[in-house]
Amino acid sequence: MMNCKQATRICSESLERPLKTAENLELKVHLAICSGCRNFNRQMQTLRNLARDYAKESGEEGGIKDARET
Amino acid sequence: MTEVSEAAPSAAVEQLIDPGYLAQLRVQMLKFAQIQLGDPYQAEDAVQEALIGALKNAGSFARKSALKTWVFSILKFKIADIFREQKKLIATSAQEEDSDEAAFSGLLFKDNGHWHKSQRPTAWEGPQGGAYSADFWRVFDACLNGLPEQQARVFMLREFIELESDEICNRLNLTTSNLHVTLYRARLRLRQCLESSWFASESAEQIAGEIGL
Ligand SMILES: [Zn+2]
Repeated sequence: MMNCKQATRICSESLERPLKTAENLELKVHLAICSGCRNFNRQMQTLRNLARDYAKESGEEGGIKDARET
Repeated sequence: MTEVSEAAPSAAVEQLIDPGYLAQLRVQMLKFAQIQLGDPYQAEDAVQEALIGALKNAGSFARKSALKTWVFSILKFKIADIFREQKKLIATSAQEEDSDEAAFSGLLFKDNGHWHKSQRPTAWEGPQGGAYSADFWRVFDACLNGLPEQQARVFMLREFIELESDEICNRLNLTTSNLHVTLYRARLRLRQCLESSWFASESAEQIAGEIGL
């Protein structure tokens, strides 16, 4: 049975590589019963989006304008 | 140094090349490097190298603060390199890093590998795909700056510059599994920092509301 430490590691890896079938299944089972890791998994995608926005969005400090199309 | 990117100069590149901005940034970097290194010549070298390194990827940045964070992360990396050369502490610092990570992991997880109750991630409420406030980006900036150098560097190469794993491994001479562990550690720290410095204050209010405080 996968613990949270292992599950969070797999959540992070899923952003880097396709998961093996067994890993994917174990992760799904864990996420089904663990709200902490479920939140963590969503936060991984949010973190990626935030980092990209942080680098890409134009504007001076204090006024962030939407400039995703550039 | 390796090849300079041939991409068309973007706003960020122009901003970095702009003599006024460059001069101002250089002064800040020099001050920082001198405090760390205590040697003006070494500081000058580190700043020079960091600026050259930063120019290669400057095209990925439109936000001034993001560019600056990136430039400083390269500078910190150069400074760490200099320290390592000076003290030949490569083995020791790798051990120290591992024990730091073990300590951090112990803060988050119990011995059985499950979350400590107080550390269990909560649902982040925030604008999905919308604009976060300037305050939020300052917190984000501070959290990034709090990462250990190598983690910050790898995270930024992956998520700011959006390099593929292979390319990061080649550039930094890492194995794929090293890269994955480093990214995992960076994400673990960043999300913990964001949650405790930003999201937790909101959800604490919500919980207080739900239980009728
Ligand atoms: Zn869990």
